Amino acid sequence: MSKQAQHWEKTRNLLFVTLAIWFVFSIGIFFFGAEMEASSFRPLGYPLSYYMTCQGSLGIFVILIFWFANQQEKIDEEFGYTERGDD
Amino acid sequence: MIKGKFIDNLPKVYGIYTGGFLVFIILMAIAEQAGMTAKTIGICFVAFTVSIYAIIGYLSRTLQLDAYYVAGRQVPTVFNGMATAADWMSGASFVAMAGGIYFKGYGYMALLVGWTGGYVLVASLLAPYLRKFGCYTVPDFIGTRYGGNLARVSAVIVLTVASFTYVTAQINATGTIASVALDIPFGIAVYVGLASILICSMLGGMRAVTWTQVAQYIVLIIAYLLPVFWISNKMGAGVFPHLMLADEVARIAELEGQFGFTKNSAADLATVPKGLAGITKAHSSVNTTPWKFISLAICMMAGTASLPHVMMRYFTTPSVKTARRSVGWSLFFIFLLYSSAPMLATLSKLSLMDPNLSTGIIGKSISDVQALDWYQNWNQANLMFVSDFNGNGTLDLNEFFMGGKAVVLATPEIAGLPYVISGLVAAGGMAAAMSTADGLVLAIANALSHDLYYKIIDPKADTAKRLIVARVLLVIIGFAGATIAAMEIQGILGSVIWAFDFAMSGLFFPLVLGVWWKRANAPGAVAGMLVGLAVGTWYLIHVRTGGAPIWGVTQLTFGIHGALASLISMVVVSLATKAPDAATQRMVDEVRIPSGKTVLGRQH
Repeated sequence: MSKQAQHWEKTRNLLFVTLAIWFVFSIGIFFFGAEMEASSFRPLGYPLSYYMTCQGSLGIFVILIFWFANQQEKIDEEFGYTERGDD
Repeated sequence: MIKGKFIDNLPKVYGIYTGGFLVFIILMAIAEQAGMTAKTIGICFVAFTVSIYAIIGYLSRTLQLDAYYVAGRQVPTVFNGMATAADWMSGASFVAMAGGIYFKGYGYMALLVGWTGGYVLVASLLAPYLRKFGCYTVPDFIGTRYGGNLARVSAVIVLTVASFTYVTAQINATGTIASVALDIPFGIAVYVGLASILICSMLGGMRAVTWTQVAQYIVLIIAYLLPVFWISNKMGAGVFPHLMLADEVARIAELEGQFGFTKNSAADLATVPKGLAGITKAHSSVNTTPWKFISLAICMMAGTASLPHVMMRYFTTPSVKTARRSVGWSLFFIFLLYSSAPMLATLSKLSLMDPNLSTGIIGKSISDVQALDWYQNWNQANLMFVSDFNGNGTLDLNEFFMGGKAVVLATPEIAGLPYVISGLVAAGGMAAAMSTADGLVLAIANALSHDLYYKIIDPKADTAKRLIVARVLLVIIGFAGATIAAMEIQGILGSVIWAFDFAMSGLFFPLVLGVWWKRANAPGAVAGMLVGLAVGTWYLIHVRTGGAPIWGVTQLTFGIHGALASLISMVVVSLATKAPDAATQRMVDEVRIPSGKTVLGRQH
């Protein structure tokens, strides 16, 4: 497999992992709104369903994007595709 | 002025600017103590901030193509994040969102999840690749990747439909705030708003819009957070509201149980002024079906990843890597405001509902409430209304009505904050609406001037001519938007949500598959864009004219059907026609590697 194909395969795998996490916190958990509300796990004292919609999922997305950017930079570095000179 | 040295000094420049703005707020507070009237304070706030944006717009003027279209591709990560946040958070986010949460609770908060989750798609699927491509506009990518004028024109059509739906709402919001703060009729205020929008973008294009948007973000975030923290502390609800309002949320649920939700008769509701609503849904508990919540979130997420005015902000970063990181910063700056909106809604609702608080009005006698100063003010502004439906002399929960905008605009006054805060909030709302309108007007005008005029009508036009055409189009689009806004056809929030559905219907899959599916070709993309847009529009009309919903999709989520039709038609037509040629396939390979030259030249 060529270097470029390997790079793309790793990039694609990272995309799948990122989208899987994204799916869980943007769509998956909201199938269980009623269950979350009844849960005894209450972050900061808020009902779990309420917390996830107003802070939880939002915060996770912020962290997820930075994590994704770091991972992608590592992949690019590994294959020597790092940009130089312009940042 | 803005080259090299300016970029290096950005933190200092905007640091001084922020400090200056805080000093201005303090001066206004002192002036209020000294007896300056509320009206003068409002005018000062709006006039002061708008003239600063105008100065930035003038200083950023340019005669260079890449500065005009993509800010010279030298906007640093964090600042591009701020500019995107301002570009993104519209008058609707600023003025209407907390109100929506106040009235509809959990079901409405699907918008918060959707409008943030979409950025994960932007970061992972699109932004870095489109940056590597080196395009000026979104149709520029579609036109070059798929090849052919038909694909380019289709992209311009979808972009114009989606962005124009959005921009009328923003100009409307600018007009609303200008008319309240400057005390002029709405019909004139709309054009005052338009003039301020054009001053920021006309001379410097993307470069001017970038630096004004950073300035606007700073104003709008101060204007949103300061009142939330202040009110929370004043009510004794918590020093840091985001982490400490659990008791207040629980207290609202308790009061809701105590008061109960009484349904008003149609005859009673007919006496309530148009646009006002009462509290009819639980604040924090799950009050909607999973599908309703999820379908709305999906539409907002896919729409986020397809809206050209957001995407083009990531064309301005120096590199692919910075484009990726910049998406993270954008979402961080958006998070600061979005996570505060539910807290503001909670504080606002509790301060009105709780009989133990001095500001509480539910359960008080109707005549007492009607005698309150702030009630009279906002009643006059047509944003508040009480009526004794059951004739028992006291105000029940179902007898109090408020406009969505009042949650942000009136809460500081209800909580007893000085007027200077209300002036600040007006300036913040103006900044939010202006920054989004600027981004949208520029996205449309750039697509028309670059993709329609230069690429198709007159490819030999020189730089000077192209920039004149771009500016003339900017003014025309602005005026068209203002004219429609002045007619006040639909509400602010409704049209914003429609814009997302339109963008998602026509552009989501053609953009994503352009990077991620090499086999996608021009006929497929054209089919995807046009069929998607047509099916989405058809479904919207179908539901609006009383047709039975299909799969529980409403007029707010019509993008589900549009995007699905777009995906199917794009895949089927692509597979039924010839694979893209070797040069196109190489181009896609090239886009997938972050390093090296962009696919399109620096000036094209």
